Formats: sequence, C-alpha cells, structure tokens
Amino acid sequence: MSQTDVLAGLAEILEEVAGVDPADVTPEKTFIDDLDVDSLSMVEVVVAAEEKFGVKIPDDDVKTLKTVGDAVSYIQRAGVAA
Amino acid sequence: MSGLLEGKRVLVTGVLTDASIAFAVARIAQEQGATVVLTGFGRGLSLTRRISRRLPTEAPVIELDVTDEEHLGSLADKVLEHVDGLDGVLHAIGFAPESVLGGKPFVDAAWPEVGVALQVSTWSLAALTRATLPLFGEHASVVGLDFDASVTWPSYDWMGVAKAGLASAARYLARDLGPRGVRVNLVSAGPLRTMAAKSIPGFERFEAVWDDKAPLGWQVQDTEPAARACVALMSEWFPATTGEIIHVDGGFHAIGA
Repeated sequence: MSQTDVLAGLAEILEEVAGVDPADVTPEKTFIDDLDVDSLSMVEVVVAAEEKFGVKIPDDDVKTLKTVGDAVSYIQRAGVAA
Repeated sequence: MSGLLEGKRVLVTGVLTDASIAFAVARIAQEQGATVVLTGFGRGLSLTRRISRRLPTEAPVIELDVTDEEHLGSLADKVLEHVDGLDGVLHAIGFAPESVLGGKPFVDAAWPEVGVALQVSTWSLAALTRATLPLFGEHASVVGLDFDASVTWPSYDWMGVAKAGLASAARYLARDLGPRGVRVNLVSAGPLRTMAAKSIPGFERFEAVWDDKAPLGWQVQDTEPAARACVALMSEWFPATTGEIIHVDGGFHAIGA
C-alpha cells in the first residue's frame, strides 16, 4: 500500500474516532500534542488501523509511534511483513 | 463434550480492549457454549463495539454507565432484546480519579473524588445486580473482579479502599440473594497489564515482585487464568459457593516472604 493510501486511511480513522480534521493529518504531526488524541482514543485508532490495514500493532510498538509519519511507515512495514 | 456454560446467557461488562480480563471472559464463555451480551461505557463504547468483532462470535453491546439511573433502569429491557434471561453477570467495572491514586498523599484525598471511586468501583456491584435481578432464573451467578485489598499496594491507594468495599458488598449481596439462588463471588487476580492497570501510574512497580514470590509464577499479560475462574464460577461447578473470593494470583497471597 502506498504512503498516500495509508495516510488517507489513517486520516479517515482519526476523523471517525477522535474528530480530527483530515486536513490536519500530515506526517510531521504528533498524535498527542498536535492532534489532541488522548490515550483512550489512541487505543481505538490502533484497533481501527489494525482492522483497516490487516496488521498487528503490539502495545510496546504503539509507544514508539509519536507522529502520523511514524504510524504510516510502521503500517507500511508491517503490511509488507504480513 | 458440551461446554461449561452450554445454553447459558451471560452479561459481560468491562470489555475495552482485547487485553481486558472481561474480553477473555467473554471469549471463553462463548467457547464454553454461552450466549454473551456486552456493555460498554461512555467514550469507550465505540471501542468495545470494535473489540466485540474480535470475539469468536460478535456480541451485541449495550451502553451502560453505572452512575446513570436511566441506564440501570433500562438495562434489563435492553438485555431482553438479545437474550431471554441471564444466568451469569460479570462485573468488571472500576474507576478512581487521578487525584486519589498513583502515590499521591493518601491523607489528602477529597471526598468528591473518593466518592466517585466508591460509586463506580464498589456500589456499582449492587447497582448492576439490582438492574439484572429481574432477568435471573432459578439460579444465577454474579462474578466481580477484585485485587487483594487486605494489605496496601504502591499507587493503588483509594482504589484499594474501593476494592475492600467491593469484597464486603459481595458478601452482603451473597447473604441477601442466596435465598433467590443467586451466587455472588469475586476473583482476586494478580496484576494484569490491562488498560485499567496501565492507567495507574506506578502499577508496574509490583509486577516483577509478583512473578518472583508467586509459587506458580505470574504472567502480567495472561488474562486467561483469571477469566477461566470467572467462567467456572458462572458454571454449575461451584453450586454451593457464594460470598467467596477466589485467588487467581499464582499463589502469591499464601506466601509471607
């Protein structure tokens, strides 16, 4: 899946789960500080992303995903591995 | 061989993620033949709905805030939309505001926050039981989740007080509902790395201690043992057990030092 597709999919999830404006979802934005995604919403974003992209994102890895860009490249890598 | 809960109808609260103890209870209950209905709370409701799809059979999710009398009052009717009665209820509900746990000075806790902790974590066992009582047949089993409250723990603070109250509430409910064939028991699990545990700052401080001291060892990620005990208590294999606390903690509670 291309970077653009993953980014668009993630933006869709962030809008649905946390009410984030898709226009704000760019690779350099951090989930917590820039997009105001709290821990509960983050858990749901991860669950939704796992379903949408058919990947598994363990808790310990979630902690390392600070920015949208981190998540996009993680999902791309995990997708290839799967 | 038929399952432990064949033909039984079970209401499971507290499923938030697939790491929730309640998730494992719902999954094992289904594997053992039960029909499961879930409840979800507030902002976590949509997460509970998503996680329900990860069960062997997707379970319906009813919104339930135990502090909302309207939710409690309409719960039985909403459950009846999915099953024709209940044989088991899992109470997996607890909350304490940040100001009353996590190692802040215990003596400084203010009543409004402590009150919330006790309402949501302790009183709710009675409230949930009351709300589901009309659905019980001749026999029913209510199971709650405990964390050993006979001693103090780092960070647990007023949540520990709430759990001590939960154990007492379970005994009183067992006393009053026994004549109606309702059993009320708690499962006291070792520390498990659930959303609830992760929201307590410093909770990880006694995770390692547990594995060292428990004769059977302890895996903080494995909710299966605690969940199996909950399912067993809902089954007909504990027909004369009520007001009891079953320790599922690797044997930790039995060891002094």
